[in-house]
Amino acid sequence: MTAETSAAENPQRISMFKVLNPFHVWALGVGIVLVGEFMGWNFSVAKGGAYGALIACWVIGLLYSCVAMIDSEVTSTVAAAGGQYTQAKHIIGPLMAFNVGLFLVMAYTMLEAADALIVGDLMSAVAAATGYEGLSPQPFVVLTIAFLAWLNYRGVFMTLTVNFVITLFAFLAIIALFIGADPLNPGNILRHSDLLTELPYGWIGVVASLQFGMWYYLGIEGTCQAAEEVRSAGRSIPLGTIGGILTLLVAASLTWYVATGLMPWQYLGQAATPLYDAASIIGNPSLQVVLFIGTMFAAIASANGCINDAARAWFSMGRDRYMPTWFGAIHPHYRTPFRAIIFLIPIAVSFAFTGLLDQVITFSILSGLLGYTFMSINMMRFRKMWPLDVIKRGYIHPFHPIPALVLLGLCAAVYFATFLGYGASLLSIMAFYIVASAWFVMRRYQFVKRGDQFTMPWPRPRGY
Amino acid sequence: MIYWEILSYAAWIVSGLLLLWILVDAISVSREFDEELLISSREGVDEILDEIKKEGGIK
Repeated sequence: MTAETSAAENPQRISMFKVLNPFHVWALGVGIVLVGEFMGWNFSVAKGGAYGALIACWVIGLLYSCVAMIDSEVTSTVAAAGGQYTQAKHIIGPLMAFNVGLFLVMAYTMLEAADALIVGDLMSAVAAATGYEGLSPQPFVVLTIAFLAWLNYRGVFMTLTVNFVITLFAFLAIIALFIGADPLNPGNILRHSDLLTELPYGWIGVVASLQFGMWYYLGIEGTCQAAEEVRSAGRSIPLGTIGGILTLLVAASLTWYVATGLMPWQYLGQAATPLYDAASIIGNPSLQVVLFIGTMFAAIASANGCINDAARAWFSMGRDRYMPTWFGAIHPHYRTPFRAIIFLIPIAVSFAFTGLLDQVITFSILSGLLGYTFMSINMMRFRKMWPLDVIKRGYIHPFHPIPALVLLGLCAAVYFATFLGYGASLLSIMAFYIVASAWFVMRRYQFVKRGDQFTMPWPRPRGY
Repeated sequence: MIYWEILSYAAWIVSGLLLLWILVDAISVSREFDEELLISSREGVDEILDEIKKEGGIK
């Protein structure tokens, strides 16, 4: 059924506003991720040393470059909210779609909780620095989630315009730190020759560091969720996504270069706010303020993008009856998935109140990783079922099937790395998704109207 | 320091007001508009899809 015939049958149909441009797409993807440059990536240094973290930075950068290319091609043909969930529904099938939708909702909601927790902890740190010890982070955690949920509720244009401004500030803060470190005069401030060491735990340490290398880029695939609200998704999504991964590759490399030139790996591997620490070591008060604000903005931008993406994934599942249709509602004035936004607020607050930042982040990373594994299989099937001469793409990624195979291989390596450090978490998360799948097959799928969920005007797939 | 305590209370109050506003608005919208209309959206279409049709890309 095409959109035109649908509209003819039911003229009173509401849809999301198409108001976004490639800059918003960039802000959505980079905004979710950039907090990982300000904190988190440095745990890879504890596992593999400074050089191990650099290898992880570039190897995982390759993984996400594959993700960005594959996502750009598939999403340029699927102008629908839901991102990878919608791709899975069209290309693989209902059970995979349900799981991918759940991966997305869990990954983004967990990340949102962790981001809000970071904002709360930063406020507590500021209070402690001004002489007030023991400030509870909870009111600031709730305020962060409540304000960003309100912003998301009121409309996507303002939400992602705010994200663009604060993400750009955070990115420029990294550039300012790099310039402030006087990179043209090695040995003046940056002391790589003194601080860089051999691999402290050998190559197994490098493998173990891959898990934390994901912090540099986790969430760039979130650009796909804007597909239904962006003008000309076929062009804007690839532009925003590829621009986003290039930005992150630059930011990640600069982050590693500055931090490892200022701090020994033993300290850097356990630092809570490594870039702020770097600014403190340089000793420029203005730079310290910029990095503090950058850290705060990066966490807020990430939470903001996560609310946007988790709500759209949940909304899409409701629209297709994978979840109750009540969640598939759009606000008639603001044109946002308002019930999905509301439903996910208490879940994010609950995760944040546990205070278990590392467990919450691990769940988020593993959910993301499961999604990337799906994407490699998805891409192979997409090219097989709808070859290049059958359906036009806004972007065609080069060297197929090499990116899909590289992505699959790197995902396997990261699973192994995760098993080394968080084996119990990995197995419990797998068990959670298996139980959820059993619930979907036995209880939920009976409510899905199979014909209604495919409204894209695609040709019949080859072989069907 | 009393300043941080006031800030904490202010954060709770502002959060409560924002969440209350969202809830009240959602309830009023759900009462005012027909449920069929609220859940009537379909997967999007895009300019590139029109191009595909014009160029005969869909077979």
